[in-house]
Amino acid sequence: MTLNLEPNMSDPDGFYEALLKAHEGLSDRESVELNARLVLVLANQIGDPDTLADAIEAAK
Amino acid sequence: MTLQDRYPVALRLYPYRRSGDQDAATPVRHPVVIAGGGPTGLAAALDLGRKGHRVVVLDDHEGVGLGSRAICFSKRTLEIAHRLGPGPGMLERGVIWQKGRVFRERDEIYSFDLLPEEGHRYPAFINLSQVQFEKFLFEAIEHARGEGAEIEIRGGNRVDAIEARLDDIGIEVMTPEGAYNLEADWLIACDGARSPVRNMLGLGFKGRVFEDNFLIADVRMTADFPTERWFWFEPWFRSGDSALLHKQPDDIWRIDFQIGWDIDREKELKEENILARVDAMLGEGVEYELVWSSIYTFQCRRMERFRHGRVLFAGDSAHQVSPYGARGANSGVQDAENLAWKLDLVLRGLAPETLLDSYDAERVQAADENILNSTRSTDFLTPKSEISRAFRDAVLTLAARHSFARPLVNSGRLSVPCTYGGLPGFGPDRLGQPARSRPGAPAPDAPVNDGYLLDLLGGEFTLLGLCLDVPEASQVDGISVAGLALDDASVGDTLRERYLGEAPSAAYLVRPDQHVLARWPELDPDGVRTAIRNAVGKGGE
Repeated sequence: MTLNLEPNMSDPDGFYEALLKAHEGLSDRESVELNARLVLVLANQIGDPDTLADAIEAAK
Repeated sequence: MTLQDRYPVALRLYPYRRSGDQDAATPVRHPVVIAGGGPTGLAAALDLGRKGHRVVVLDDHEGVGLGSRAICFSKRTLEIAHRLGPGPGMLERGVIWQKGRVFRERDEIYSFDLLPEEGHRYPAFINLSQVQFEKFLFEAIEHARGEGAEIEIRGGNRVDAIEARLDDIGIEVMTPEGAYNLEADWLIACDGARSPVRNMLGLGFKGRVFEDNFLIADVRMTADFPTERWFWFEPWFRSGDSALLHKQPDDIWRIDFQIGWDIDREKELKEENILARVDAMLGEGVEYELVWSSIYTFQCRRMERFRHGRVLFAGDSAHQVSPYGARGANSGVQDAENLAWKLDLVLRGLAPETLLDSYDAERVQAADENILNSTRSTDFLTPKSEISRAFRDAVLTLAARHSFARPLVNSGRLSVPCTYGGLPGFGPDRLGQPARSRPGAPAPDAPVNDGYLLDLLGGEFTLLGLCLDVPEASQVDGISVAGLALDDASVGDTLRERYLGEAPSAAYLVRPDQHVLARWPELDPDGVRTAIRNAVGKGGE
């Protein structure tokens, strides 16, 4: 599996809105914790170690 | 400087006795001298002594140190101990366990089973105090001596100076009756993490210190907790940032508390303060007795090389890891086993001295694997920053809800033997599968007839024929190769699955330390010869 850096979301605006909504009313600390959990959930969905390593690089 | 105990002695197994060497006009020369009579030194002495070599062990104390220290002895260590003799006794004396549970606060978030498969003589782990473990090795040495092995343990003998020369090593030894000198062809330094031998040679020991303190308390109590490893993150009883509870024989329980970096060590070691932490954990009205306690910090480090000419470093003197993972004493015993057969061949003139460089290469690889695992566990246990704590907490939170996050929980990845990979001296692999018994791997155990496969392997090179015939005994350049042919009727399902996989037959060449050296689908006598020459450092000759 290669990391897809082309547009891949069918509803980018919808995702962005849902992401912000999930953080509404949270303290900075709570938001950090939510993001951490989200990263782990998404990482598990990808699974493949090479793709994950590429994703970490792409995000830097 | 006179001899002083650095720690209290629990069992005075080898009291100081004057040796004839102390009255010799010129220093007496010995083929093998071992500095340090801990688990590594005793295992090396026993192995070499049983192979017919004269061995002198020098220990500055007169017996085994107090305190349980190492408690988890792994399957591989027990298999080695089986070959050396004391394995069955250790198994009988020890507490067998293979399950672990991980809690956060009060809730169980994860559990594991280290050896969920059948068909091994030894369990994943036993818990046994280091005192008892060393006593078993000592008794096995006494037994071997009774059968003619020339192993001498000199208690109250401290190595004070070393002169490493091209052809031998000069050793100055201090005793209660003053100093004397020895000469050795080979010196094995098993003298612990603070290794005086390493310091005398001016060799480095680099790595990481982890900024956390751990309080160990061994308590005696009659409790009906199951024999499992229980680990708490952020325990509800608040006796530390994490806590561990683990059973040993004789109603002794090991408790570990993670108590932070900025502590007042003396205050924390006061009995009343230790008891307060234990009380909070065990609850009101539980009767117990504090047997031993200590505070330690983690270090993960190793020497750059484990062989320095005629000096070989093994165990904690060569490498040090955090205790979560049971990788200290276990890897020391595996060092000893890796070294013993190689030094045996060199001493008998059957292999070049360069064979000992493979000890360095293989055990450095094992040490790096242990340090990697240990460092990862410690980074999980002791988050170094806000964000690392956030990720750690995220894993713990998710692990309680979803199974996907449970493999990320790291309360210690427990010791498994190293599969030597990508190193010279192994191969060929003409069979190609199964993966677990590939060249470099420790030979997996399996039931054979009324016993186990590993009972039949080891001590010398073995050519194992599975559903094919192999010569009963042969020699390659003077090196004995035992033959073991198991026919269709003896190859049960488990052995078949672990060694044959899809193949109808196979020939395995196994090293004296029970690591697989090479394998073929059919017997290949030329291949066997070449593989053994490669394995003993004579490749290309």
